[in-house]
Amino acid sequence: MMRDTVILRVVVKLLLPAILIFALYVQFHGDYGPGGGFQAGVAAAAAIILYGMVFGIDEAKKVVPRRIVNTMIPLGVLIFAGTGVASLLLGENYLDYSPLGSKPVKGQHLGILIVEAGVFITVASTMLAIFYVFGGRADEADEKGGEG
Amino acid sequence: MLAQHLPALQVVIPLLAAPLCALFRRGFIGWLIAVAATWLAFAAAIGLLFRVLNEGVISYAMGGWAPPIGIEYRVDLINVFVLVVVSGVGSVIIPFARTGTAARFNDTDQAWFYAMYLLALTGLLGVTITGDAFNIFVFLEISSLASYVMIAMGRDRRALTAAYQYLIMGTVGATFIVIGIGLLWAMTGTLNLADLAQRIPEINDTRPVLAALAFLTVGISLKLALFPLHLWLPNAYAYAPAVTSAFLAGTATKVAIYLFLRFFYTVFGGGGFFESTPLPEMFLVLSVVAMFAASTVAVFQDDVKRMFAYSSVAQIGLITLGISYVSETGLTGAMTHLFNHAIIKAGIFMLLGGVMFRMASVKLEDMAGIGRKMPFTMAGIVILGLALIGTPGTSGFISKWWIVLAALEKDQWWLVALILLASLITMLYVGRIVEVAYFREPSAKAADVREAPLAMLIPAYVLVIATIYFGLDTQWSVGLAQRAAADLLAGIY
Repeated sequence: MMRDTVILRVVVKLLLPAILIFALYVQFHGDYGPGGGFQAGVAAAAAIILYGMVFGIDEAKKVVPRRIVNTMIPLGVLIFAGTGVASLLLGENYLDYSPLGSKPVKGQHLGILIVEAGVFITVASTMLAIFYVFGGRADEADEKGGEG
Repeated sequence: MLAQHLPALQVVIPLLAAPLCALFRRGFIGWLIAVAATWLAFAAAIGLLFRVLNEGVISYAMGGWAPPIGIEYRVDLINVFVLVVVSGVGSVIIPFARTGTAARFNDTDQAWFYAMYLLALTGLLGVTITGDAFNIFVFLEISSLASYVMIAMGRDRRALTAAYQYLIMGTVGATFIVIGIGLLWAMTGTLNLADLAQRIPEINDTRPVLAALAFLTVGISLKLALFPLHLWLPNAYAYAPAVTSAFLAGTATKVAIYLFLRFFYTVFGGGGFFESTPLPEMFLVLSVVAMFAASTVAVFQDDVKRMFAYSSVAQIGLITLGISYVSETGLTGAMTHLFNHAIIKAGIFMLLGGVMFRMASVKLEDMAGIGRKMPFTMAGIVILGLALIGTPGTSGFISKWWIVLAALEKDQWWLVALILLASLITMLYVGRIVEVAYFREPSAKAADVREAPLAMLIPAYVLVIATIYFGLDTQWSVGLAQRAAADLLAGIY
């Protein structure tokens, strides 16, 4: 880890809020232009991963614990699939968002927003889960005497 | 209202259940969810079957976006037949899964295992039901990724390399399929299968379409484990947990065969185009080689699971042989065998799962004398083995009969002789198991082995009984396959 590199630590701390804001921008701008839950999820996870690489994986796990990550992965899928079920229950075809709002246009807008939120949650948490698993491997190997 | 949304529910039920399993992270709850989801999916498939029989082709617009722009779920006789097979096998295996998984994995891993199982089922059902070419690729990846995980969870450490091997081969296959779909899209501007089927016949002698055909052929052949692209299959089936082997043997390759039929017959326009290419001859040769090479290799296997994995390659050869005739009889035989072989192989791998559970080994030498220790398990394996050979009175006979009939229709007596010869080789490896299990003194490992638990035996016996039942009453297997075959040849979709 790079605990002693002052420049890196300062720069990363400066960058983190910008990366997270950018992720949110990509997330909510996805309705009108390029972007969406997938890209935003990757960007948000990248922020945490950068933090973990500079300050150590344990610090990153304090910010987003593994338990939360493991819950978020299925939760996002559930939000996505559940939105479709909501439209089924409201009498339309699966994933037809129109009945979700007072007007079809509003319904479509709301529907895609919720679905993209689901995508964001699953993508971000899956990225983190992969990072934690591989990062954890390195720590285990260090404890065994650096054979990994 | 419910009946109207059955096409969506067919895929959505297991898709919703998978994250629920992962959220609860309790083995027993995960299992309950999986039982409910698979049985509901089976009920949905039966419901769809009756709707298709009554009303004909069903079209369902995902998200309310009308096809061909939106994603369409399109159900006709051909894919509803496969849906019933896949969801049926999937729902019989889950009750069996509880005992073995609970004994081996901790709570969290069990829940994830069921989640993966449900995702694999979602993917396979999705590939089958969707009428959109790109959607096929997406669902194919869902099912493949989930099955890599399921294979890697095997007891043997070699399961990891087997899963990795399958991952590489499966990804190559999926890439080829997506390249093929991309080329078709570039040429026609549509991804909707029914739309493609209308536009391709006009341009099917252009080079990009032929290139697409080539990519699709190789990609799908990899997925269905056609000889010589079968190399991923034996290790994957042999080292995976019993649940995975039974599930994959009963469903994954069958769905790939469905894709094969759908692309070559429906999308490329009836049987005519398929016949005008060298493909039928190519598949005929490869199928016959598969039947002989894989069966012969199976005879010399010491691991019984691996033996039946090779037998799967041979049986897939029999199915593709039926397809290569491009005749109604041949296709009927192929689709009937798809149905029967799914039941037979899933049953065999489940019974072997019982042996593995009691002895922690399925090596032939360890199984010596096991016939007296586990009478029901072994009797089941013998009955299913007889069905593999094609003994009259079992379902295996019916499908082989139709494929032989198709060969006779074309006056190809030598092919009939080859099919019978291949059956003899099947008899050799099934006979080897019978000889070892019944006529030898119990091995050290088999000395104090008990019969497999009922929770494992009963689901397996459902399939054993089905094998005999469909050998006597062919109304549902052959009857439906025949009508589906006629639709395939006519290019009706």
